[in-house]
Amino acid sequence: MPDLVDYFPILVFLGIAAVIAIAMVGGSLIAARQKPYAEKLSAYECGFEAFDDARRRFDVRFYLVSILFIIFDLEVAFLFPWAVSLSEIGLFGFLSMLAFLGVLTVGFIYEWCKGALDWE
Amino acid sequence: MIDFLFNTTLGFFILTLLKAFALLVPLLMCVAYLTYAERKVLGAMQMRKGPNVVGPFGLFQPFADAIKMLMKETIIPSGANPVLFLLAPMLTFGLAMIAWAVIPVNDGWAIADINVGVLYLFAISSLGVYGVIISGWASNSKYPFLGALRSAAQMVSYEVSMGFVMVCVLLCVGSLNLNKIVMAQQTIWFCIPLFPMFVIFFISTLAETNRAPFDIPEGESEIVAGFFLEYSAMAFALFFLGEYANMILMASMTTILFLGGWLPPFGIPTPSWMGPIWFILKDCVVLFFFLWTRATFPRYRYDQLMRLGWKVFLPFSLFYLVLVAGVLLAFGWLPHAA
Repeated sequence: MPDLVDYFPILVFLGIAAVIAIAMVGGSLIAARQKPYAEKLSAYECGFEAFDDARRRFDVRFYLVSILFIIFDLEVAFLFPWAVSLSEIGLFGFLSMLAFLGVLTVGFIYEWCKGALDWE
Repeated sequence: MIDFLFNTTLGFFILTLLKAFALLVPLLMCVAYLTYAERKVLGAMQMRKGPNVVGPFGLFQPFADAIKMLMKETIIPSGANPVLFLLAPMLTFGLAMIAWAVIPVNDGWAIADINVGVLYLFAISSLGVYGVIISGWASNSKYPFLGALRSAAQMVSYEVSMGFVMVCVLLCVGSLNLNKIVMAQQTIWFCIPLFPMFVIFFISTLAETNRAPFDIPEGESEIVAGFFLEYSAMAFALFFLGEYANMILMASMTTILFLGGWLPPFGIPTPSWMGPIWFILKDCVVLFFFLWTRATFPRYRYDQLMRLGWKVFLPFSLFYLVLVAGVLLAFGWLPHAA
């Protein structure tokens, strides 16, 4: 476990951020007068009573976008170590990554033609 | 005393705590004054005065706003999940704070000088989506729900091209350490050889921080205020602070990756203590561009935004990445990993 101590300041930052955030919300809860009633606490909907639950079905495209994101973000995650060590792995490494990117590009073109990237 | 601070565990803890405060307190002041600067700049660009009542030139406006927010009632809607509802703004704020642990404002000044700095920043900025999704879902109200979906899809889409841009920079540096990335720009800032990537990165940061012209999640005319519609008082203020802290963070990332961090422009010889000043000046320029775009451009339509992200930026940055790698390899310009 080399140099995990390098990451210690991040923990300190996390602690400070948590303390500030809780202090701010808590302080406002204490300092301000809380006077809730049913109308005030109802969900905002342009003056109407909310007629049904807000957690409804939503457009499948959002789901599609997140799946595409996972594919490409993983690709980026593979590229990070490749980019740092390209000087050592040389032409062979470059060509291997090119083959990998080529496969993904074919998939990307397929998605494009299928209309997965269109929003009517 | 010095011996205690540098050689014992407790001393190390106290030293880290002091360093963290030395960074976070000025940062929070910057966030407060960024909101003021935004209103002043927008005012000036629209031939208005902007805030000018509280204090000289309205300079105490951010504090007046903070006190007002503090004295407001925290409303938790009856249909909401209270814990998640309050957790979401804290998460957004906290993530915007912890990312700063790795930012070097001068040579070797990063509080956590980790090997994987860029990867860490990339990861933290990805986690920002959680604050949005949690708030939209926990509010149990239609507009926040729609706003959160749109916002999440948007952030995620531009994340990918941002990743490719970062990889381009890494190819030229051969290290993930932010300090080394800046030091690699001593001969030339990366915004010149990688200019197209610089432009893509800047536009992606606008989309990533939900700024105009990509502020569709907050598009008032369509979905009122988007994912933080139901928030009030300090919970709202935390979202607000988080968003502005993120803007400063993105400006700093642009500075580090493309504008040479703390290095002086044109290699002007300056003493090393000038480093943070150069860094802040560059940040201010980038932030001014953020505000300027907001004053100039109309809001994008959602389908246009997704098209730009997926059909323009993604293929182009992928192509440019391969081009950069190929050129560096062909001419033997690749940096050798130390």
